[in-house]
This record gives sequence, structure tokens and C-alpha cells, in this order.
Amino acid sequence: MPSYLAGRIGQALLVLWAAFTLSFILLQALPGDALLIKYQNPDMGLSPEQIAEIRASYGADQSLVLQYLHTLGNFLTGNLGYSVSASVPVLDQLATNLPATARLAGLGFAAAVLLAVGIAVLANLARFAWLRTAIASLPSLFISVPVFWLGIVLIQVFSFRLKLIPVINPPEWQGLILPVLTLAIPISAPLAQVLLRSMDDVLTQPFISVARARGASLPWILWHHVARNALLPTLTIAGILFGELIGGAVVTETVFGRSGLGQLTQQAVDNQDASVLQAIVVLAAAVFVVVNLIIDLIYPLVDPRLKKSLGANA
Amino acid sequence: MSASTTTLDSPPPVVESGGRDVRPLLSRLQPGLLIAWLVVAVVLLWTVLPGWFTQYSGTAGMAREKLLPPGGVHLLGTDELGRDLLARIIHGSAQSVTGAFVAVAVGLLLGTLLGLLAGSLGGRVDAVLMRGVDVLLSIPGLLLSLSIIIILGFGTVNAAIAVGVGSVAGFARLSRSEVMRVRRSDYVEAAFGSGGTFSKVLWRHVLPNSAGPVLALAALQFGTAIMAISTLGFLGYGAPPPTPEWGLLIAEGRKYIATSWWLTTFPGAVVVVVVLAANRISRSIRKGSS
Repeated sequence: MPSYLAGRIGQALLVLWAAFTLSFILLQALPGDALLIKYQNPDMGLSPEQIAEIRASYGADQSLVLQYLHTLGNFLTGNLGYSVSASVPVLDQLATNLPATARLAGLGFAAAVLLAVGIAVLANLARFAWLRTAIASLPSLFISVPVFWLGIVLIQVFSFRLKLIPVINPPEWQGLILPVLTLAIPISAPLAQVLLRSMDDVLTQPFISVARARGASLPWILWHHVARNALLPTLTIAGILFGELIGGAVVTETVFGRSGLGQLTQQAVDNQDASVLQAIVVLAAAVFVVVNLIIDLIYPLVDPRLKKSLGANA
Repeated sequence: MSASTTTLDSPPPVVESGGRDVRPLLSRLQPGLLIAWLVVAVVLLWTVLPGWFTQYSGTAGMAREKLLPPGGVHLLGTDELGRDLLARIIHGSAQSVTGAFVAVAVGLLLGTLLGLLAGSLGGRVDAVLMRGVDVLLSIPGLLLSLSIIIILGFGTVNAAIAVGVGSVAGFARLSRSEVMRVRRSDYVEAAFGSGGTFSKVLWRHVLPNSAGPVLALAALQFGTAIMAISTLGFLGYGAPPPTPEWGLLIAEGRKYIATSWWLTTFPGAVVVVVVLAANRISRSIRKGSS
């Protein structure tokens, strides 16, 4: 087990380093940089020498290999560089914007899990075949709805038609309801699909028939047998969905005009502020890698059968 | 001659129905799938022949007819410049459909190439390529697309390429696992045994036999790409105004959300319907190939 753990962590670090390298190649090594956009503006009246001086102060005049090593060293020591358009350290920008996005994403994911479990359980408990089909086909509808449009439709229905949630300066908790729903609905769809499929798989197993024959009710079976067995595939898909959660949070923040990483991302793209976008990309990749690492390590705890196979491999 | 003596030189008993039978085809025809193909066909026709479906221009409007609600001459209403919304949606399909084709082509070509190489060469090449795919998967799709847009610049084709690169990892993983599956089969072994070269076996046996699930993913990605391109268009990184792009239509209609609900509702509903259709078709391809 310890050697498995070490290997798995090493693999995660390798992916993270590769993600950093890829984002560096994409965002810093290729031409078209924010410094030129900001300072080559004729209104500023800077001479080519002055621009060269500014570029030197940002380290943009060094060779690519040097820049790469320099940036990598900086990232490792927690220095994420400077935002060229805002003239502040990227780390500060991340620190101010991260909590809002983390809260939105966390609540959104929790709501998605609730929604997915609700759909899966209701579909299994539904008494009529048509009702079951209707509930079970909700995920394929949810998955086809663009996040940004969903947000706008929710605003339209709940704020403008029903006037339940004020559009301008709603109380904090009220202001969170629609963004959380917007984020949760598309994320819940793949979760619910995997849950439904694995519940179907488990429900056809012989031990379920035994439990039924002994007089167990369907809800009892769902809770005691199916939930535990369906958890594993759901965990896997939850890890994969994490990237979508971040993307969804970016779009949701834009639609609802909330400040956070989404707004920061949009500003970075608008101003071609590569160092900001790179920091966000690396942060997202890091969170993704860590979340999936944790899920991998949780597997044997959820399903003791996996402990054996891990021991065999190690 | 009894039936049992002919088993060796006759094909399995399917023949008794007289080759291809029409009946199973008809009974397999599901209304949902039919509607899905119809939706895709109509949208493709919108792209090629927008003039058949609307008499209005997608970009020019009449100021007297601004912000009209749906109904009457303008079936889906008009926008703030008096442009017919239905016409803008129809003319806008060119952006979305071309973009989706470009995106799927990029993902399909790059991804299948990577997957084929990894799956058929194996060993160290496989390990390195698949770790690369892991890296692509670890970056959220939207952020990866934005990183590419920052380099290529804004515009529908650039947004489409960015979306396509985001789907490379999925195609690579799937085609690799398909190649691995086909490679272990007896007929591939037989083809090698009877003197087939590597590239010949790859082209004649491995590729066609792993095509089904890859095509199903391509259909699925078509829908996903339409959604992703409209998202980038909504954020302002797709086609510049006044081009009628579906995401951009929604972004522009948002300013009138309090009074003119149709401007945001209809373009989005069209996106949802097209994505639903693409997903339905993908599901039928996947079922058919398995």
C-alpha cells in the first residue's frame, strides 16, 4: 500500500508538472503578449527602448528556456507572476477571487449530488412505467442545456416573471440560489445517468432477489445494498466532472455578474494577460489532480474488495 | 441431404429470412430517432439554403419594427434593430454548424491519430502519449479552449479549433481502447499470420472495426461542440457582431431580458434541440455498433 501511494502521488505530480509545461508553451512561449498590447499603444508615446526596458523588467527578453525555468521556480515558491493589465501580483488576484468561486462551486456540486440522487431514487421508486421513463430521461435533457442560457432562463422565470428573487442587490443567500441551480443542473445529469445505470446493475444481482424474498422493501434495499454498490462508479464520474464544474462556475459568474475566478478569467482573455490565465489553468489542474488522487485513495475504503487487488499489484 | 451436413459450407441460419429483411428495420424505427435526424437535416438545410426558410435578412433590420413580440409576420419576433429573430437564427446556423464540423474534425483527426499510435505501437510510446492525454484531461475544457483562443485570437473558426482541441483527449482514449480490443481479436492475428504488414492490417482491419464507437463519440461531440461554441460566442470570443451567431444572439438579447423574453429564449431553445438530437443519434450509433 505505501508503495502504491507513493507511486500514485508521483504520477499526480508528474501530470501537474506536465500541465504547467503545456500551459507555459501555450500561453507564454507563443507570440502575442499582453506587454506589447499594453505598452505599444501609441497614446502612451513610449519609445522602442523604453518598451524593451519594460520587457526586461518583466523578464520577457530572456531566452524561452530561461523564462521557463524562471517561471517554474517562481511557481514552486508561490510566486505566480504579475498581471500585466492590472499591475498587481497574480497571487493576490487569485486570493481575492478564489473564495467566492470555491463557495459557488462547492454549493453547486452539493446541489448536483442531491439532484442526481433525487432523480435516481425517484425513478426507481416510481410506480408507473411512464413516470419512471419521464424521470429517467431528465438527465439527457439537462445535459443538453448550455449553462449560460440556463442561467438567463432562470433569471427570467424567477426574477422577472415570478418576481421571487430581486434582480438588483438580492440578499446574499437569495443571490446564490439561481447561480447554484444553474451550475448544478448540467453537472447533475452525468451523475444521475451513472447512478441510474449502476443501480440497475445492482438491482439485477442475485443477492437483491434474496433480500426481496426475505421481505425487504424497495427503499430499504436501495439504502442498504444499492447505495453502497453504486457509490464507486459515481465517485469516478464525480472526479471527471470536476473540470466541468470549474468551467461552469466561470460561465455562471459571468451570467450573474458575480465577482470571482470567472470574471478574472474573462478579463485575462480580453487583455491577453497570459500569466493570469496560466495561473488559473495550473490552479484548476492542481485541484483536478488532487481531487482525483483523493478519490483514488478513497476507493479501497468504500469497497474493501479493492484492497486485495491493490495489495496484489503492489 | 439433412441440415446438419450442410453446416460447414453454409452461413448461419439468418439466411432463412431471405437476406436483408425490411421488417426488422421498420420495427426498429423509433419516432425519437426519426425526429432527431429530421432536426439535424433541417439545421443542415438552414446552413446551405437559408433563403428557402426565411425571406428576411440575418443582418439588416427595419427600425420601425423593433422589439416586436413573436407572432404575425415575424414568427419569433424582432430584436432592438428590427431584425427578424427567426431569420437571424436560421442564418446563424452556418456559424454553429461549420464550427461544430471544424471542432469535431480537429478532435477526431488528432485524437484518433494519437489513439491509433498509442494503441498499436504500445510500450513506451503508449505510456508517453497516454500521460499526455491525462494532462489534457486535467485542464478544464473551457480553460483549455480559452488558452487557445488567447493565442489564435477571437472568431468562430478559432473558437471551433479551441473546442476541438478540448475533445482530443476523449477521442484518443476511446480509439486507443478500441484498437487494443480489435488487436487482440483472432482475425487481426490471422491477417498478420497470412503476411499482412503493420500499416495494411491497421488500415484494413483495425480502423474499420473500431470505427463504430468512435463515430458515436463524434456525433456526441457534434452536439457538445455546438454548445461549447455558443458558450464562447456568448462570452464574446466567437464571431463579432453583427454576425448572427447563436451564442452572440443570446448575449445581445440579454440586454432586453426584462421586456423581450423571446430574444434569449428562442436561440437557446434551438441549441438545446440540436444538442438533444445529436445525443440521440449518437446513442443509436453506439447501440448499433455494439
